[in-house]
Amino acid sequence: MPTFVHTEKCDGCKGGQVTACMYICPHDLMKLDVARMKAYNQEPDQCWECQCCVKACPQQAIEVRSFQDWVPMGGAVIPMRTDNSIMWTIKFRDGEVKRFKFPNRTTPVGSIDPYADKPPAGDLDSPLLFTEANQRLPVI
Amino acid sequence: MTQGTFGNPEIVEYKTDILIVGGGMAACGAAYEAKRWVGPDVKVTLVDKAAMDRSGAVAQGLSAINTYLGENSPEDYVRMVSADLMGITRDDLVFDVGRHVDGTVHLFEEWGLPIWKTKETEGVALKDGGKPIRSGRWQIMINGESYKTIVAEAAKKALGMENIFERVFIVKLLLDAKEPNRIAGAVGFSVRENKIYVFRASAVLIVAGGAVNVFRPRSTGEGMGRTWYPVWNAGSTYAMAAEAGAEMTMMENRFVPARFKDGYGPVGAWFLLFKSKATNGFGEDYVKKNAHMLADFAPYDKAAVVPTCLRNHAMLHEMKEGRGPILMDTPTAMKALAANMTPKEVKHLEAEAWEDFLDMCIGQAGVWAGMNIRPEETASELMPTEPYLLGSHSGCCGIWVSGPEDLNSPAEWKWGYNRMTTVKGLFTAGDGVGASGHKFSSGSHTEGRIAAKAMVKFVRDNKSHAPAFKADIKAIAEEIYLPVRNYIEHKDKTTHEDINPHYILPRILQMRLQKLMDEYVAGVSTYYQTNGKLLNMGLQYLTMLKEDSLKMRAKDLHELLRAWENYHRIIAAEAHLRHILFREETRYPGFFYRADFPKLDEANWKCFVNSRMDPDTKQWTMMKKKHVDLVPKIYGGAKH
Repeated sequence: MPTFVHTEKCDGCKGGQVTACMYICPHDLMKLDVARMKAYNQEPDQCWECQCCVKACPQQAIEVRSFQDWVPMGGAVIPMRTDNSIMWTIKFRDGEVKRFKFPNRTTPVGSIDPYADKPPAGDLDSPLLFTEANQRLPVI
Repeated sequence: MTQGTFGNPEIVEYKTDILIVGGGMAACGAAYEAKRWVGPDVKVTLVDKAAMDRSGAVAQGLSAINTYLGENSPEDYVRMVSADLMGITRDDLVFDVGRHVDGTVHLFEEWGLPIWKTKETEGVALKDGGKPIRSGRWQIMINGESYKTIVAEAAKKALGMENIFERVFIVKLLLDAKEPNRIAGAVGFSVRENKIYVFRASAVLIVAGGAVNVFRPRSTGEGMGRTWYPVWNAGSTYAMAAEAGAEMTMMENRFVPARFKDGYGPVGAWFLLFKSKATNGFGEDYVKKNAHMLADFAPYDKAAVVPTCLRNHAMLHEMKEGRGPILMDTPTAMKALAANMTPKEVKHLEAEAWEDFLDMCIGQAGVWAGMNIRPEETASELMPTEPYLLGSHSGCCGIWVSGPEDLNSPAEWKWGYNRMTTVKGLFTAGDGVGASGHKFSSGSHTEGRIAAKAMVKFVRDNKSHAPAFKADIKAIAEEIYLPVRNYIEHKDKTTHEDINPHYILPRILQMRLQKLMDEYVAGVSTYYQTNGKLLNMGLQYLTMLKEDSLKMRAKDLHELLRAWENYHRIIAAEAHLRHILFREETRYPGFFYRADFPKLDEANWKCFVNSRMDPDTKQWTMMKKKHVDLVPKIYGGAKH
């Protein structure tokens, strides 16, 4: 189920060495054609269809087209992700369109302070994790 | 230092104390925990072959957290895990995850992960008494599209980006020069630059996921990457640990998930939350209908929830008898739920049904859209998939580790530090820890934390030790770049660089492995059956494949990544094959069958199977290890 890139929308992340899609793809699939300054999927039959690159693309230039060795043509599933929600557009083969919106985060992006208000490191020789200070662990 | 070239990479050496290999849930948990325990004099470094925001099994997101104990006891959790994995799990390891996991889930919520609550406790955090919406006894529903980015943010901030290497693929663990069977570091290469990275470390955590695409997938053509578990999980954890001489356990175990056909969409919420029923093509409940078949695998058929492999066993029987397709009756379930709902609530229900896919398996939504399938109108086909090797889901293959010291477990289960393998200083978690499945995302993060704390302790106790490499780094660098050498040396000898008698393309080598595993080691084409004869033939072919793996080519760094991933797949496959050959019984019907030993044999095989590959001679030794129940198991009301 490979990703594909709309030629007119992709700007090669404006000449950066690493495009957003290259940076994020968990399987190292997206590649920048430096001559054209356009990204593409270099190994379509290894695409997990996770849409990580689609969500990350600043130009909304990337889409997923279902694998044609089985899925009939014409459907589409398109995300529009913001910092606190994601909107999905589902286009059926027969033309119907459905939209769903879900929250995806309750805190501002970048706001995590990992050790704020957390106990300091305690006894390294106890089986307690640092967040479990003064707890009694069950045993068998 | 001179700039590396494709033919002559630069070797970069880096010294750390704790090295985390991987960037998924377990790795993020380890980073978070480790950094809190160390002082400024102890260095923690993480290496990920991808980008942490979207790496590992949770990259796409998840629609549920499958391990949250809440009102359940860790003992009950241990019983559930044991029963689902047909009685052979390490109670100490499972209990340990169970007693720590909820606190980790509370952290996820604090960091920003939306967790569904009951109407009465909406907006109340779990730790303050909020009641989760449970889809099952152990599962809670989430809006999990950004699950991994949230968990990664916490880990990255804890560790500091200056201690994180992304797009560096570790391919080998390095042993110590002075002390046998002791870790000294790891080596890999950048997939972006012509650089080989050599990490020297006192303690290494290998958490690089399970193994996918070892077997020929049901998908063909473009669909081959649309696997159930992430396609980038290449068995690296198992392969690297085995090659370092770590004792492996239960590598015969595998997972064959029965999922929505072709898109691999999750079925858990459909079964548990929406109360949907699965039937054969004639509307019959195949688990009930075939209960007598399952009784052959007593007492596990009497478990509170019928083990996953036994449900597959019943499903496969219907398929073999020609009573397919297996159908998930989504319309009836949705009608029943909608019966007492307002139109607005019905709309919400529909959104929930789609979200289950969109959060974690978008491809399935694509299959439905392309086929005009609407769950309220059309039932969907289910299909058991190709086999997967993993230790964190409904499977338990992995590495044999030392368990927690404070539990009443046998001495041979706690010889060292918690989650340390039999190689001194080498630790693992998540998919890496064998004989303890059902950790899922939250349990893997938790186990990473448990391992990390033990590693800090290990480093403290071994301050005077200075790791030195047994292997020659130059020679290892040559070995890593061998596929590049093969390419450069031979590419011009034929008129098309893809067809050349001097080398094999990594993707073709993968296909050969998949065909071999499928036909000889109980893949889908034989309905998951094999026998000793087939396995021995398979081992011969696998040996030749391993020899030929030295002839893989890499025309660029991307193909070098694939070459090493596929090498790891071969080693993971070999461990799997050898374990299946050794265990002369059928313990996991529905996952695989030893047709020459078709029965469960509790008298002889209610034990762990462990193996070790000697890192010098490359010879495998297989062994039985005694199994003990620490928590009494109860089946059908009777103790077992």
